[in-house]
Amino acid sequence: MVARRTRRAWGYYLGVLPFVAFSLFPFYWMIVTSLKQNSEIYDLRAIPFWFRVSPTLEHYAFLFQRTAFLTWMGNTAVVAVLSTAAAVLMSILAAYALARLRFRGGETLGGAIFAVYLVPTTLLFIPLSEVIRELGLADTRWALVVTYPTFLVPFATWLLMSYFRTIPAELEESAWIDGCSRLGALVRVLLPTAIPGVLTAALFAFTLSWNEFIYAVMFVSSTAQKTLGPGVVMELVRGDVFYWGELMAGAVLGSVPIAVVYAFLLDYYISGLTAGAIK
Amino acid sequence: MFRTVLQRKPGPKYTSRILSREAATAYIFVSPAVGLLLPLVGYPFLLSLYLATSDAVVGNLGHFVGLDQFARLLRQEIFQQTLKNTAIYAIAAVAAKVVLGLALALILAGFGRHQLPGSRLIRAVILLPWIVPTALSTLGWKWMFEPQFSVINWTLAQLGAISYVSDLQWLGEPNLARAAVIMVNIWRGIPFFAINLLAGLISIPDELYEAADTEGASSFTKLWFITLPLLRPVLSTVVLFSLIMTISDFNIVYVLTRGGPMNSTHLLPTLAHQVGLMTGEIGRGAAVSLFMLPFLMVVVFYQMRLMRRKWQW
Repeated sequence: MVARRTRRAWGYYLGVLPFVAFSLFPFYWMIVTSLKQNSEIYDLRAIPFWFRVSPTLEHYAFLFQRTAFLTWMGNTAVVAVLSTAAAVLMSILAAYALARLRFRGGETLGGAIFAVYLVPTTLLFIPLSEVIRELGLADTRWALVVTYPTFLVPFATWLLMSYFRTIPAELEESAWIDGCSRLGALVRVLLPTAIPGVLTAALFAFTLSWNEFIYAVMFVSSTAQKTLGPGVVMELVRGDVFYWGELMAGAVLGSVPIAVVYAFLLDYYISGLTAGAIK
Repeated sequence: MFRTVLQRKPGPKYTSRILSREAATAYIFVSPAVGLLLPLVGYPFLLSLYLATSDAVVGNLGHFVGLDQFARLLRQEIFQQTLKNTAIYAIAAVAAKVVLGLALALILAGFGRHQLPGSRLIRAVILLPWIVPTALSTLGWKWMFEPQFSVINWTLAQLGAISYVSDLQWLGEPNLARAAVIMVNIWRGIPFFAINLLAGLISIPDELYEAADTEGASSFTKLWFITLPLLRPVLSTVVLFSLIMTISDFNIVYVLTRGGPMNSTHLLPTLAHQVGLMTGEIGRGAAVSLFMLPFLMVVVFYQMRLMRRKWQW
């Protein structure tokens, strides 16, 4: 019996191994390349998987000293933090109204927000770029701060709405009797109970904004306003030449903050990821 | 305080006032979200209908031309090619993600059932392709597909599958480029399928499997007659989501091939970007994007129906 159990356990580890390898290999390859000297990256006789000569940090140094990488990182952080904060605030209010309050048009609005949630960002980027121009935001990072909430709010509202519904309404009702206003009950009674849901929504919004690439490519073109994705993908290629060492260094550094945030909040991440399909 | 107590008192006299106060609060609470979405989603949507039925170019809103843009597009070879690419891309990538995602979910469920150590770490690792910025990880793949100095062709040459490393131009030959783009999409999408299907698997009651065990059912019988039927709601939701995301994909194609070689990897969004923003024909570009709309409406319709059915249970 024990032998059979051990054998079965080995079977699971063996089965998951190809998936783990497939997931990780590109990251391994990116990190190794980013630490290799150029002479080794472009050596036809070298075995590419490992170092033959000593590793180097020169590609990272180049990124910081000779490119606008830090500016792009800063822009990305500003855009992600601001659009996340705005989106979460708006979503908390909207989700509370949709989950708790009866009002004419409420159901229609809920359906409309769900439909917008399914609209991909690539459907409307051409008219939206016109709107951005009319607003005078063309080619600034503010264009992103303003447009990112359009896909964050539907997602976060939907997620928070289903979270609020799992919390019994009696808690707030007793707060009203004690003289709390609706907003007071929301802030002082519901939100403290709903912290995991709010955190999940914020984590998701932050990840989506940090990773956003389409609007960032479409709406921003000057180097000083760019975010990480377009900066690394478009500006580190000079002429037609790809400098793979620097490109991989940029790709690794641009992914690290997200990987760190998510390492700490894995469980929230998973509950958010499955919220669309389950419940 | 006094007012609140009064309002909580039951009785028909106050009902309408309470309701109207409740409704007023609700309208105030939803106004920021509505105030954001109307001008930045609703208005652009109407504008896209206007643009797609005009001959607008950048800086000139043009004239109404009816469905001319759509008719012209359908006659264009590059557009027909794009529709064909989209079908190949979506079907191949989603099919592979269903199969591999389900396999991975079943393995991960086994880790949970037998309480094997390391399952948290494995889940974290499995999720990585989904969480890091796609544009950046696709750049890593672009480097992997590089024919001369990179790992894929080096390994194939060592194994004797090709005689020279430069024999396989992954991103330079139409069918290979399609395979490459699909591969990256699968790599990025497996975690989404696996984690969602895993959540679905966990929610299936153990008693069903125990009952099947006492009847002496085989693993395959259990998978076919218990797991798959009960997984169907989750599976259809995940497939619908993934179809939208795959068809409307921009990042992978843009970073890997920009739609080339010979337009063999163009999808509607990359073509719309090229036509509308690079060439400046925003009318035609908007029409290209709108070809995604009928499909999107079908998905929204099915998704809503699925949810309603779940609510009824």
